[in-house]
Amino acid sequence: MTTNILEMRSITKTFPGVKALQDVTLEVARGEIHAICGENGAGKSTLMKVLSGVYPHGSYDGEIVFENEPVAFRDIRDSEAKGIVIIHQELALSPFLSIAENIFLNNEVKGRFGLIDWNRANSEAAKLLARVGLRENPTTKIMEIGVGKQQLVEIAKALSKRVKLLILDEPTAALNDDDSDHLLDLILHLKEQGITSIIISHKLNEIKKIADSVTVLRDGKTIETIAKSDVTEERIIKDMVGRDLEHRYPDHTPHIGEEILRVENWTAHHPQDPSRVMVDKVNLNVRRGEIVGIAGLMGAGRTEFAMSLFGKSYGSRISGKVFKNGKEIQTRSVSEAIGNGLAYATEDRKQYGLNLIEDIKRNISAASLDKLSRAGLVNDNEEYKVATEYRKSMNIKAPTVLAKTGKLSGGNQQKVVLSKWIYSDPDVLILDEPTRGIDVGAKYEIYTIINRLASEGKGIIVISSELPELLGICDRIYALSEGRITGELPIAEATPEAVLKLMTMESPR
Amino acid sequence: MTNTDSELVEKVGPAPSRLTSSISHIVTDLGKNGIFLALIAVVVLFSILTNGILLRPQNISNLIVQNGYILILAIGMVMVIVAGHIDLSVGSVAAFVGAVSGVLIRDAGMPWWAAILVSLLVGALVGAWQGFWIAYVGIPAFIVTLAGMLIFRGLALVVLGNTNIGSFPTEYRALGNGFLTDVFGEFPVDPLTMGVGIIAIVGFIVQQVRTRAGRAAYGQDVEPLGWFVGKLVILTLGVGAFAYALATFKGIPVTLIVLAVLVMVYGIVTNRSVFGRHIYAIGGNRHAAELSGVKTRQVDFFIFVNMGFLAALAGLVFTARLNLAGPKAGDGFELEAISAAFIGGAAVQGGVGTIGGAIIGGLIIGVLNNGMSILGIGIEWQQAVKGLVLLFAVAFDVFNKRRAGGR
Repeated sequence: MTTNILEMRSITKTFPGVKALQDVTLEVARGEIHAICGENGAGKSTLMKVLSGVYPHGSYDGEIVFENEPVAFRDIRDSEAKGIVIIHQELALSPFLSIAENIFLNNEVKGRFGLIDWNRANSEAAKLLARVGLRENPTTKIMEIGVGKQQLVEIAKALSKRVKLLILDEPTAALNDDDSDHLLDLILHLKEQGITSIIISHKLNEIKKIADSVTVLRDGKTIETIAKSDVTEERIIKDMVGRDLEHRYPDHTPHIGEEILRVENWTAHHPQDPSRVMVDKVNLNVRRGEIVGIAGLMGAGRTEFAMSLFGKSYGSRISGKVFKNGKEIQTRSVSEAIGNGLAYATEDRKQYGLNLIEDIKRNISAASLDKLSRAGLVNDNEEYKVATEYRKSMNIKAPTVLAKTGKLSGGNQQKVVLSKWIYSDPDVLILDEPTRGIDVGAKYEIYTIINRLASEGKGIIVISSELPELLGICDRIYALSEGRITGELPIAEATPEAVLKLMTMESPR
Repeated sequence: MTNTDSELVEKVGPAPSRLTSSISHIVTDLGKNGIFLALIAVVVLFSILTNGILLRPQNISNLIVQNGYILILAIGMVMVIVAGHIDLSVGSVAAFVGAVSGVLIRDAGMPWWAAILVSLLVGALVGAWQGFWIAYVGIPAFIVTLAGMLIFRGLALVVLGNTNIGSFPTEYRALGNGFLTDVFGEFPVDPLTMGVGIIAIVGFIVQQVRTRAGRAAYGQDVEPLGWFVGKLVILTLGVGAFAYALATFKGIPVTLIVLAVLVMVYGIVTNRSVFGRHIYAIGGNRHAAELSGVKTRQVDFFIFVNMGFLAALAGLVFTARLNLAGPKAGDGFELEAISAAFIGGAAVQGGVGTIGGAIIGGLIIGVLNNGMSILGIGIEWQQAVKGLVLLFAVAFDVFNKRRAGGR
């Protein structure tokens, strides 16, 4: 039994009014990759915060044994000193500092007189970067490299701390498939070097690919730990939601009508560097009742297209034409776009979608205050009523609409965002990564809502990094690569291989 | 009511008993009104320390008149802060507009009412100037208004030719010094003041009852009747005592009328108007507001136009009160107004803050100033104490949020 590097026994953590963890047990064998799965709010992050000392010893019940020694961390520095490093979903890098400066932040390479020895720091950083397979100069600023590379810098930083147990919270949530694959390979590679990893992920195919064992949490309790040989996606899902999910995508019979939106030759340039073309003569259309997918790798220009279309919220030198029901419309400002029946739910609901310090009610009404007001004054009773109706019909889990959106889980936050846009009564909804960071059960609910909107005769555009999702819910898929539409496939012809081929097609320049 | 309750049962288990729900209502109310309790505590403390001088009718009247211009500034400042900005220039703008009004009345011979209107317009134009740089050019408000602080202080000097201007007509001085009294003849207790007090109380009760009825009609959770009535009784007694104090002194200060109108109008603007909602939306998450169709630049611009207007009004009230337009006027006003907003619960990051909070924050500062002056505490210690109060008020707020933050 000494092969376990970590044992967390009977961990119970209570917040006022909520039992976040209840008698949770986690055993991680030395040198393995251990996955933790669970719906949002199941207690995964809380468990990792207990482990890393964010919640100090004494604020929880239970026992943590690391390398056969009981440990009692007071803060993160304590746990890092023992070799436990956690990499959070939101990366903790300073964008204006260089790679090397970030790696050695608070762990500086000191030379004479206690001053920083930059030469040695940079060369040490270069060695660490080689270990994680990142070919960048250590003096490059963090903001100049993409999210995928930043993730690797985080891992290099962990290695600099002589990590024994690496915890990754949703490491691939923001990465495209290439970057994800690279990261997963790296984790496997680190395993060969004897580094144990705990990986929290929603992506079951990833887990299946790299995990040696999987522990599933549900409602703050351990459901079971599954060995690699017994891991199936179905079993994990069943454990997570406590029931079988027959289908991951709800049935959807399309009733497609006439064209509702057509975009012609849509072009947008980079906001700071107008010589760079980010969206290049995009042509597409959506019909009533149709769900159209836009597939593309990160950086293909999907969000750039949607945001430049939605009131010129992105880019410079934007050109092209938009037709609704055959008539040309303008979308020069967001309010004009909304007025013309467009809605855009952003990919990053915390940064761009919600006012987290406000309640559900005010978020739902945010884009449609005109409907609720007379002579410039808002009828807040009516607002409450409307919000409550959406809370019920969208199944937003909160006791009242006065709950702050910042306290909701990702899935419920997304339902608030969708409620906001449905209440604005658009004809065309553009949904950018509608299920990012959302658990399986809530995803199904979101898909059901999308289907309902389509069957009401709205046109839906779904942008997603998850190809199976697009294949599961769309009626037609456009592939976008380097800002250009590289192809269009009806769902019957859209195999993963076919779409991927179009997504990665390089355009002749 | 029954609707919501049965639903809560579904969602969160057994309904809380009547008693616990009453208590939880009272606790959240006290939490929300913590700043109000702090004001009462400060008043009680200084009443004891000054042997009751603080609460003498004359002193209560002074409290309002002496702090009127800070409270006017605080109203605009809290809106600026909620939107995520700051305005350091209001003291200088007040001095500049005060100077302009002085020159218009004395040197240009303009009638007092025309001078007031032109001065307010000048204030709005100053606000438009700053709003332009902040909203449309995108320079941080801190920089623009720091520059404005220097620019308008300088312009005040230019307008005045580096001297003081004084001796204004009575009507103009009434803005800072006047009282509405003796309209019905002389009485020991002024009937007009008491009448207005009673009308204010009745109006407030009617408004509260209607709000409550409106909420109940929409099936929303309302506070327990006992607590609701209790609060109204406490408020009635407070306002009644206040009116009585004024009535036994000189009557209603004109400054108080100006303030009351401002509080009502801006209370509605921030609470109920679309414009007000947009201010909170911008302060809470600028990007999300933009992507929801809020014209953020336009809103920013008008917030500063409004601040300029209110700074002008504060400048007029101050000039009228001193009967003097001087180049040093308004020195440090910006800091008191900013302190008032923060003591009143506005958040440094924006998105949070209320007019009522800022007014109470301003009154706390006012009572501190006044109380310490009565006690003969020197200006040096007054400064230090006010600084500490600001620090502790914000620290208390941060601490509260951290505790409530939980996960």
